Amino acid sequence: MSAATRRTWPAIPVAILLAACDREFSATPPAGPQAERISGLTGYLAWTGTAVFLAVVAFLLYALWRGRRRAENAAGPAAERTLTLWVGGAVAVTTLILAVTLVLNFQTGRALAEFAEPDALVIRVTGHQWWWQVDYQDPDYSRRFTTANEIHIPVGRRVRVEVQSRDVIHSFWAPNLHGKVDLIPGYTATTYLRADRPGVYHGRCAEYCGMQHARMDFRVIAEPPEKFAAWYEGQLKSATPPADSVRQAGRQVFLSKGCALCHTVRGTPAGSRVGPDLTHLATRRTIAAGTLPNTRGHLGGWVSDPQKIKPGAKMPPNQLAPNELHALLGYLESLK
Amino acid sequence: MSSTEAQVTAGLLDAEGRAEMERTWDDGPGLRGWLRATDHKSVAKRYVATAFLFFVLGGVEALVMRVQLARPENGLVDPELYNQLFTMHGTTMMFLFGVPVQLAMAIYLVPLMVGTRNIAFPRLNAFGYWVYLIGGLLLYSGFVLNTGPDGGWFNYVPLSGPQYSPGKRIDVWAQTVTFTEIAALVAAVELIVTVLKQRAPGMSLNRLPLYVWAVLVTAFVVLFAMPSVALASMMLALDRLVGTHFFNPAEGGDPLLWQHLFWFFGHPEVYIMFIPATGFVSEIIPVFARRKIFGHTALVLALVATGFLSFGLWVHHMFTTGLPQLGQSFFTAASLMIAIPSGVQVFCWIATLWAGRPRFDTPLLFVLGFIVLFTLGGITGVMVASVPFDQQAHDTHFVVAHLHYVQIGAFVFPLFAAFYYWFPKITGRMLSEALGKWNFWLFFIGVNVTFFPLHFLGLMGMTRRVYTYLPETGWGPLNFVATVGAFTIAASALLFVANVFRSLRRGAPAGDDPWGSHTLEWGTSSPPPAYNYLHIPVVQGLYPLWERTPDRPVVTGMGTERREVLLTTVLDAEPDAVYQHPGPSEAPLLAALAVGVTFVGGIFTTWAFVVGPALLFPALLRWFWTQERHEGPRTEGEEPA
Repeated sequence: MSAATRRTWPAIPVAILLAACDREFSATPPAGPQAERISGLTGYLAWTGTAVFLAVVAFLLYALWRGRRRAENAAGPAAERTLTLWVGGAVAVTTLILAVTLVLNFQTGRALAEFAEPDALVIRVTGHQWWWQVDYQDPDYSRRFTTANEIHIPVGRRVRVEVQSRDVIHSFWAPNLHGKVDLIPGYTATTYLRADRPGVYHGRCAEYCGMQHARMDFRVIAEPPEKFAAWYEGQLKSATPPADSVRQAGRQVFLSKGCALCHTVRGTPAGSRVGPDLTHLATRRTIAAGTLPNTRGHLGGWVSDPQKIKPGAKMPPNQLAPNELHALLGYLESLK
Repeated sequence: MSSTEAQVTAGLLDAEGRAEMERTWDDGPGLRGWLRATDHKSVAKRYVATAFLFFVLGGVEALVMRVQLARPENGLVDPELYNQLFTMHGTTMMFLFGVPVQLAMAIYLVPLMVGTRNIAFPRLNAFGYWVYLIGGLLLYSGFVLNTGPDGGWFNYVPLSGPQYSPGKRIDVWAQTVTFTEIAALVAAVELIVTVLKQRAPGMSLNRLPLYVWAVLVTAFVVLFAMPSVALASMMLALDRLVGTHFFNPAEGGDPLLWQHLFWFFGHPEVYIMFIPATGFVSEIIPVFARRKIFGHTALVLALVATGFLSFGLWVHHMFTTGLPQLGQSFFTAASLMIAIPSGVQVFCWIATLWAGRPRFDTPLLFVLGFIVLFTLGGITGVMVASVPFDQQAHDTHFVVAHLHYVQIGAFVFPLFAAFYYWFPKITGRMLSEALGKWNFWLFFIGVNVTFFPLHFLGLMGMTRRVYTYLPETGWGPLNFVATVGAFTIAASALLFVANVFRSLRRGAPAGDDPWGSHTLEWGTSSPPPAYNYLHIPVVQGLYPLWERTPDRPVVTGMGTERREVLLTTVLDAEPDAVYQHPGPSEAPLLAALAVGVTFVGGIFTTWAFVVGPALLFPALLRWFWTQERHEGPRTEGEEPA
C-alpha cells in the first residue's frame, strides 16, 4: 500500500460527508510524517471497527430473524454445542483482531517516538490563559526571540517543540502535523513535528483551561526554508522606530496608557512579559489567539474592549480618545 | 424447616398473621412515616425518582449547550454560563444520576431477587439516600445562586485550585462529590451484605441471578474506586480551604496526582453504571427470548473480569500527559482486553436470541438498541485505547461521541429496558406498549442523529468544552444536525414521563408475573408487600420460578411480630441465623442533616467540622439506641430448623 493510499484511507468516510469543508481545520489530511503515521493507524482502526460492527449487527439481525421463525426453542446438547462453537469462534476472532490491533498500536507508537532526525529548530511553547507564547531557541542568545500565537517552521525539517505552562493545564494540538501534548505546570514535555507541505495549519488548545478555552488557537505556518530564514531574520530585529508623527504619537500612547504594563515591543522601554510580545504584531495573521483577523478595525475593537470579544480575557478595556486610538492603531500597524 | 406454600397458607399463617406482618414491616403513615422510612422499596423508589429528576435537569443543560453550538458564534449563553453548564451536566449525569440510579435500582431489586424482607442495614440505607439528596440540593442551590462549579466534572487542578478558581464554585463541586461518595459507599456495603448473607435458602452462589452477580461485582468496584476520589476531593478541599499544596507545583505538589486519583475512580465509575446494566440485559433477554440464557458461567466470569479490568484502564484518560510510553502500553493492552469479556457477553446474548423465540416488547427493544449502540461505542472505545489515535482524538468531539454511545447505549438503554420490565412489579401497572415503542424509536434515532456526527466533528478538529467556534471551521452543519438529534431525545424522554404518569393512573393491572419471568420477585404480588414475601421461598434452581416444583417449598417458623430476616451461609445459602432488623426511625435523616451541616458548612468555615460532628453524635445515639423496637417474649417455634 502506497503512502498516498494510506493517507486517503481514513479520509474517505469524512470526505464523503464533508467534501465542501475547509480542509485546513480537519485533522484528517496529514501534512507531515507524524500525523501520517497516526492517520494510517486511524484508517486501520476505522475500517476494522466498521467491519466488526457490521458483522455483529448482521449476527444480531440473523438471530432475531431465525428466532422469530422457531416454533420451539433450540435446546439440548446439539444446540448447546452449536452455540458454544459459534460464541467461542466469535470470541476467538475478537481476541485475534485485538491482538493484531495491539501490535499495530505499539508499532505506530514506537515510530512516533523514534522519529529520528537532527533538529532544524527548537521552539519552546508556553501556554497562558488564553494565548501561546512562542520562544525560538538558539545556542546563540542573540539569535533567540519571542513571539506569540504563530509558529513558523521550515518545510521538510524536524522541529523540536518543548511545551510548558505557567498557569493551568493546556494542550498543544496541530492536528495536521501531530497528536496533542499536554502543557502541565511543573513539567516540560517534548514533541517532534515535520511539515512536508507548505501551508497554514490550525492549532488549538485541547485541554479545558478556563473561561476562554474556546478561543485559544494558534497557527503553524510551514514555509520553504529560504522564506522561513527571511522571516526569522525579520523577527530577530527590534521594532523600527516610527517615522511619521502619528505613529510617534501612537508609540507615546502605547508607552503611557498602560499597554506597556503587560506587553513588550523590543527597541522601546516596553518590556513586560505578561501579555504577548508585540514587536512584530503586524506580521501576524490573527489577533487574540486566532479569534480575529489582524485588521485595523478588529485591532481597534480589541484594544478598546477585549471583554466584548473574549469575555474573561486578561486584557482590560482601554478608554482612549479617538485620536489616541487612531495613533495607537497606526503605530501597531507599523510593527512589521 | 420447609413446608409447602399451600400447607402454610392454609394453616400456619392465616389472614391474621398476614395482618401482623403488615403491622411489623410497615413504616407508618403520613409524612412522619415517609421521613422515617427504612423499607428498601420506599427508599429505592424515592432514590430512583430523585435520580431521574437529575437526569432530566442534566438533559436540559445538554439541550441548552446543543442550542448554543447549533451554529458558529451563537450568543445564547456566555462562556461563563456555558462552562458551568457542561460542568453541571457531567457532574449531574455521573454523580447524581448514573451511579445513584444504578445503586437505587439495586436497592429495590436485590432484596426481592434474593428473597429477603429488607436490605441489610436498612437505616444506613435511608441515611444514604438523605445524604445523596443533600448533595444534589447543594449542587443545584449553588448553580441557582450563581455559584455553580465551572471546572468540568473532572475538575482538573490547577485550574480548580485556589489560585485560578477563587470563590466557592469549586468547593460546591467538591462537597457534592463528598456526599455522593458517602451515599455510594454505604449502598455498596448494604448490597454486598444483602447478597452474601440474606439470600433465600437454596440460592447458592451458582444459582445467583446474573443481575445480582452484576450488582455484587459493582458494589465491590464502588468499594475500591470511591475512596480514591474521596481522597482526591479531600486533598483539593484542603488545598482550597486551609492552604495545603498537594497539587501546587510551585510548592512541590503535582497536578498529575489529581488526574491519577480522579481517573483511578473515574474509569471504574463508568463500569459502576455499565456492569449493572449488563445485569438488566442478562435478566431481560431470557424472559423475552423465552429461553434460558446461553453461557451463564461465561457471563458471570465476564462480569467479574470486567470488574477487575476496570481498574487497569485509568491511564487511557491521560495518554497526552507525557507519561512513559512503556507504561502507557500496559493500559492500552488492558483497555483492549476489556473488550473480550464485553464480546463474550454480546455473543452470549445474541446466541440466546438465536436459540429462543424472541418477543418484541418494549424491554427487548431497548435491549436490542443497547446491543447496537454498545457495540459501536465499544469499537470506538478500542480506537481511543490506541495511544497514537488517542493523541488525535483525545479531548475532541470524537470522545464526546464515544462516551455518549457507551453511556447512553450501554447504560441508559438497559436502564429504560429495566424501567419497562420492572415498572409492573414496582407499581402493579403496565406501562403503555404503544408509547413505549415511540419512546424507543425516537430515543434510538435521536441518539444516532445527535452523536454519530460528533465522531466526524472530532476528526475535523473540534475540541470539547468550547462554548463557540468560528464559522470558517466548517463545523456548523454537523453541529446543527446534532442539535436536532438532541431535541429528538428530549421528545422521547418526555414521552417516557408521560407514559409513567398515564400508566400510574390508568395502566393495565399487571398481576404478579406479566412477562412470564423466572426470578423470585415475580412470585410475590405487584407491588410487593412491605415484607416482600409472606413466606421466604426455598430456591430450587437457577431459574426459581421456571424450575420450582409444584409443592413450592417455603421457610416457616419466622416470627411475625418483629422484623426478622433469615441469614444464610455465604456459599451455599444454608440457613444460618435469624437476625432482627431495626424499625423505622428519623435518626438517619437527622444524621444526614448533621453530615450536611459538616460538609456544607465546611465550605465557609472550618468550625463546621466541630459543630457538625457534635450534632451527629446525638443523632447516632438515637439511631443505635432505638434499634430493637419490639421487645416481647418470644413464642415457640420461631427458631428456624
